Amino acid sequence: MIESGKFGKYGGIFAPELLIPALEELESAFLKYKDDKKFNQELDYYLKEFAGRPTNLYLAKNLSQKMGCRIYLKREDMLHTGAHKINNTLGQGLLAKYMGKKRLIAETGAGQHGIATAAVGALFGMPTDVYMGMEDVKRQRLNVFRMEISGAKVIPVETGSKTLKDAINQSMRDWMTNVQDTHYLIGSTMGFHPYPTMVKHFQTVIGKETKNQILEKEKKLPDVIIACVGGGSNAIGIFSEFIQDSEVELIGVEGGGHGIDSGNHGATLCAGSEGVLHGSLSYVLQDTDGQICEAHSVSAGLDYPGVGPEHAYLHTKRRARYVNVTDSEALRGFQLLSRYEGIMPALESAHAVAYMEKYAQKPENKGKTIVVNLSGRGDKDMFLAASILGVEV
Amino acid sequence: MNFKKQKHYPGEIHPNTLETYDEMFKRLKKNKKGAFVPFIVAGDPDFETSIQIVKTLLESGADALEIGFAFSDPVADGPTIQESDLRALDSGMNTQKSFEFIKRIREFTSIPIGLLVYYNLIYKKGVDEFYKEAKKCGVTSILSADLPPEEAEEALQAAEKYNINQIFLVAQTTQKNRLDKICQMASGFIYLVSVMGVTGARKEVQNSTVDLIKRIRNHSDLPVMVGFGISKSSHVKDVIQAGAQGAIVGSAIIELISKNLDKPELMLQEIKKETSKMKEATLIEVI
Repeated sequence: MIESGKFGKYGGIFAPELLIPALEELESAFLKYKDDKKFNQELDYYLKEFAGRPTNLYLAKNLSQKMGCRIYLKREDMLHTGAHKINNTLGQGLLAKYMGKKRLIAETGAGQHGIATAAVGALFGMPTDVYMGMEDVKRQRLNVFRMEISGAKVIPVETGSKTLKDAINQSMRDWMTNVQDTHYLIGSTMGFHPYPTMVKHFQTVIGKETKNQILEKEKKLPDVIIACVGGGSNAIGIFSEFIQDSEVELIGVEGGGHGIDSGNHGATLCAGSEGVLHGSLSYVLQDTDGQICEAHSVSAGLDYPGVGPEHAYLHTKRRARYVNVTDSEALRGFQLLSRYEGIMPALESAHAVAYMEKYAQKPENKGKTIVVNLSGRGDKDMFLAASILGVEV
Repeated sequence: MNFKKQKHYPGEIHPNTLETYDEMFKRLKKNKKGAFVPFIVAGDPDFETSIQIVKTLLESGADALEIGFAFSDPVADGPTIQESDLRALDSGMNTQKSFEFIKRIREFTSIPIGLLVYYNLIYKKGVDEFYKEAKKCGVTSILSADLPPEEAEEALQAAEKYNINQIFLVAQTTQKNRLDKICQMASGFIYLVSVMGVTGARKEVQNSTVDLIKRIRNHSDLPVMVGFGISKSSHVKDVIQAGAQGAIVGSAIIELISKNLDKPELMLQEIKKETSKMKEATLIEVI
């Protein structure tokens, strides 16, 4: 490998030997094409024409008035397939094509990353297999259908906890077996090097646009940026352009599930500890021996016992602050944004909205300029939200 | 057989009398045999049955043992070993009990014992602390399937400090420069991954495995043991005839555990029968 893939001490390449040549090949292709003019022209074309970039930075007037702040929403929810995930799947899908790979595989929790990968597989004519925990397959029938109609094969994972972490395990096993012609399209800033760096690279478009837009609209940087954190790709994407601007507060919101004390949550940075999972040293939810615990969150995208290594670095360096909101608070965020702005956020993004409300309510934060990364739209969560709210649909 | 050593030290074997890989390979070479090394997960399906399984493997002629510490997310393993890990965890195994398991085995055998441990279990305990404890229990080598040389500095230091062999994997995809580097870092033996993919039973040994054995032979004097996908006595024979010094067999044995969970007697009988055949297949035929 050319680079170590470390963020401070976090990250790295904790990969089985079989995968090392593939990671080397991927790293060298990534380093070659990330600044390549033709590659970037093609990627920009797809981001614009296929995915719908740039996304708006929308001033949420009603909420701003209610909260006494200037609240902006980065509208990643307006993207094709419904979330920021498409930025990364287009980038990696195109890279796989440039590398001459014939097949894509991906893991998915609720299905958003699977859908974005299936769309890119269809776009580039690459057969796509998506691993999905059996529990998630049952909970997300509609998303399974959406992937299948795009030509992807959804493979239910019956081992372990039958959720996202097992889907990742199974994807890694597939890759180990088919490494020569297959690209493993990881959906978040996690995994072994070069994935955390590469996924961040493809998501920095969020931060770059946001910076230009806020400077144009407010003639200054925002006071704070709030984003939800599961693996952490939307958060790192928007944070990245502001990390050097120390006056901008960066806040990552984790899935608090039933509350930290309940033990049922996905708040890896708030309540986890250092460990090695899925290829990198970061924070994980684990027992005293290092066995990985199952995470819980109402939002499947935050329901993961690990977190991207760069977030662990920003957390320990105290450059970003990580908080959590519970399932019920997130649902309140979901209702709040729908009711005041007519925008239904994904339950993941609703965590960021819910924390924004808490933040804006503090007297010392009155009048501040807040950017919330609205990473995805809520269509996928309507049945779940209705059932929690006791409405039959 | 080295059972003789046991008679001198009932209850516990003196650490100085533990056989090293070097000694094992020399002993086998003299007898024109390769090593048969079975792998099981400590505590699958439960602590005591697992001890009985180890005793059965020794009766079948195991030359060394590979013992896995159960982990919740074993990414380099196929479904057979993953289920084995989960059964062991369900039966209450943890890191401390796994070390106790090794201590118990050391009461009745002096052959080399290698650990297969996912790195998070080592990291969480503290690398130095883990290796120290391993040495105390009589462990000969440690292999972490998710710890390539790039990340192994701390582990290598601890391995040297406590005189434990750090084992590294080599795969068909491993290129020449890297192979050189790994051969320099490794001690004990080189663990050759015979298949593209994870652990699990396969129909036959691939030609590329045979080529790789020869490739490593040209690079290093370290003995080569072949694992992943070695599931029949004919595979054992094939890799040893191809020049490997030994074969590591896991999933095929663990399948006999999974199949006979409610019939422990039959489980031990079948393991005995199957592994005895594998040991017999380690005889090197001069062609």
